[in-house]
Amino acid sequence: MIPELGQIALSLALAVALFLSFVSLYGAWKADASLMSFARPAAQSIALLVAFAFGCLVHAFVVNDFSVAYVATNSNSALPLQYRVAGAWGGHEGSLLLWTLILGVWMTAVSLFSRHLPEEMSSRVLGVMGLISAGFLAFMLFTSNPFDRLLPAAADGRDLNPLLQDPGMVLHPPMLYMGYVGFSVAFAFAVAALLAGRLDATWARWSRPWTTVAWMFLTVGISLGSGWAYYELGWGGWWFWDPVENASFMPWLCGTALIHSLAVTDKRGAFRSWTVLLAIFAFALSLLGTFLVRSGVLTSVHAFAVDPKRGVFILALFALLVGGALALYVWRTARIGLGGSFAPVSRESFLLANNVLLAAAAGTVFLGTLYPLALDALGAGKISVGPQYFEAVFVPIMAPALFLMGVGPFVRWKHSSLPELAVLLRWALAVSLALGLLLPLAMGNWSAMVGFGLSLALWVVLTSLLSLKKGARTRSHYGMVVAHIGVAVFVVGVTLVKGYEAEKDASMRPGDKVELAGHVFLLEGVASVAGPNYQAARAKVSVSRDGRPLTVLHPERRIYTVQQSPMTEAAIDTGFTRDLYVSLGEPLERGAWLVKVQYKPFIDWIWGGCLIMALGGLLAASDRRYRFGIEKKSETFVEARA
Amino acid sequence: MKPRHKRIAAIALGVVALGVVTALVLSAFQENLVFFFTPSQVVAQEAPQGRTFRIGGMVEKGSVRRQADGVTVQFLVTDTAKSIPVTYRGQLPDLFREGKGVVAQGQLGADGVFRANEVLAKHDENYMPPEAAEAVKRAPETAEKAARTLKQ
Repeated sequence: MIPELGQIALSLALAVALFLSFVSLYGAWKADASLMSFARPAAQSIALLVAFAFGCLVHAFVVNDFSVAYVATNSNSALPLQYRVAGAWGGHEGSLLLWTLILGVWMTAVSLFSRHLPEEMSSRVLGVMGLISAGFLAFMLFTSNPFDRLLPAAADGRDLNPLLQDPGMVLHPPMLYMGYVGFSVAFAFAVAALLAGRLDATWARWSRPWTTVAWMFLTVGISLGSGWAYYELGWGGWWFWDPVENASFMPWLCGTALIHSLAVTDKRGAFRSWTVLLAIFAFALSLLGTFLVRSGVLTSVHAFAVDPKRGVFILALFALLVGGALALYVWRTARIGLGGSFAPVSRESFLLANNVLLAAAAGTVFLGTLYPLALDALGAGKISVGPQYFEAVFVPIMAPALFLMGVGPFVRWKHSSLPELAVLLRWALAVSLALGLLLPLAMGNWSAMVGFGLSLALWVVLTSLLSLKKGARTRSHYGMVVAHIGVAVFVVGVTLVKGYEAEKDASMRPGDKVELAGHVFLLEGVASVAGPNYQAARAKVSVSRDGRPLTVLHPERRIYTVQQSPMTEAAIDTGFTRDLYVSLGEPLERGAWLVKVQYKPFIDWIWGGCLIMALGGLLAASDRRYRFGIEKKSETFVEARA
Repeated sequence: MKPRHKRIAAIALGVVALGVVTALVLSAFQENLVFFFTPSQVVAQEAPQGRTFRIGGMVEKGSVRRQADGVTVQFLVTDTAKSIPVTYRGQLPDLFREGKGVVAQGQLGADGVFRANEVLAKHDENYMPPEAAEAVKRAPETAEKAARTLKQ
């Protein structure tokens, strides 16, 4: 009964979404206030209806209702409760429902925090978002209904993929989707501004906090996914340039470019058409990300769904939303105008360089991810593009971006002088170069790559701190400084992991020792233990350094009973300057086990850097200049003075 | 410089920068493309020596052997028509199983042994990596082609 209620709620939500997009778009066109007054309540009721449907699905998981096909494929009665709840978004149908639910959350947020906007604007924004949610609801109801019944009901479920039975998996998809779907707000603002034919600085200011918050969630979501891959897949890698990872990285790159370009449009009215285009692309790439991962076109750990019919539907939806927006863009572009002019050395041109580099980076990821798929679809052969390609192009594209990141905050809008900048920054440059090149010596092993990476990171940190003294004392400025320092911390992590990581595979019997990077790993024994829904071989590995005991690690090799699938559960000793990573492989002859030990210096700085970036985003988005319409006047005054 | 000249210079600079980036990307792309070959193609010497490529197929039943060091593993990858020996150092993926689909990336040695530096066997029990499925599907036609070449 309850699953049917969920289904009814979804159908009602579809009807309301269609109603919403009609009244608000038509109402805004005709400037009909009575029609537009329906927009807010309609948006909020969609959110409530979808939330209700989502609750019904979670309920079906919690009570083990295996007459629901989706529950039967993604859960099992032996599955612990928290993973049954998370199982609601462990598969294709449920993750679409989560997507739609999060769209509802964003729509509600827009309806609540847009009171200071002109009625036509907020109405159009909600109308566009209503259209998007109608598309997704229809997609769900017609091709991937999570409430489809299974007759006769299954005796027990097929279980959630063991890889997904992990706390990281509970949080990763909602965070990632908060980011993906959050870009729909920036998209809706851009389309609303195009519809209104008014692309001045105001729409950019309105959509800035939304974009930053979406970007923040996406940053957290991606780093959670990366952390999950690190400890759960058991290989010790943190980023594989896997198509699914790339699918989330492209909107991030595009969104980062958008944040910077919005700043120019807001402050100086320049880059108007480019900003609109970026807003469209950021959301298009988010849709593409959903499509790539969820249609099963990829061969990868994440693509558990395999059904081409759905692909066609998403492709149509994609063509409608993105194609429509681009057509509108082309039609209106003549009216957009260019905005303020600027000299070759100015804040604008530095941000332009930032945008060109980020867009180029997104383009290279796009090429490497989609070219093999396109070739395969055309039947022109199977190829793959490895991490080497991405690494070879990313360093040369990102290194200048990092350098410019240090200079940018000191450059004035409109016009600035290079000699002045050079005088201002020469000490920061000298110190970061000297320290960056000397530090690898202190670590015992000099390499040009490590020296280069550390110099860049130091450069970003020093200049960011210096800019605190010179820049405006606003939260958005502090937010920028924090986010840039986050990037530097991330760069330190990547550089040192790449430069100094070490690993060893060994066949070990109880009592055997392996030495790696000054640490001695002793296999004390392997015992058999039983988990709630798995059997495991559990090793006891004690680690010592210079003869002193350091820690005891317990890597496991689990067999999940329902699907009989084996899983490596690595044991990690996390530290501020290094991780020790031990995974237990297969049993060999005569009581020996295959053991992999890894030494990962500064790896946690990678995710720490991402969290600092996200924190910076939060600071910037909470700047009061975005919050109230009333305060906008006083802010303009301050800016005029500055 | 006149403003017009400045603008032209700026545009020229932009075009040059874009060209450099494109050249960089495309050359890196060209160098790092990894092509896919079936075991039959490798036996027919269609695969390049000294360049990284991928092979796919099934792990032949009863062929998995650990070498004396305990760390290096050896197995045969077959597309049901032909099979080639593969060696790999280290831990095999969780879903690696005899008789199941596998994709390996590495280089072909002069001795005809494929030295893998990466072995992929993801997905669940019933699902085969598409490349492995492709290899098995293509086995008969490659065999046919080989037979025709022999006749000529």
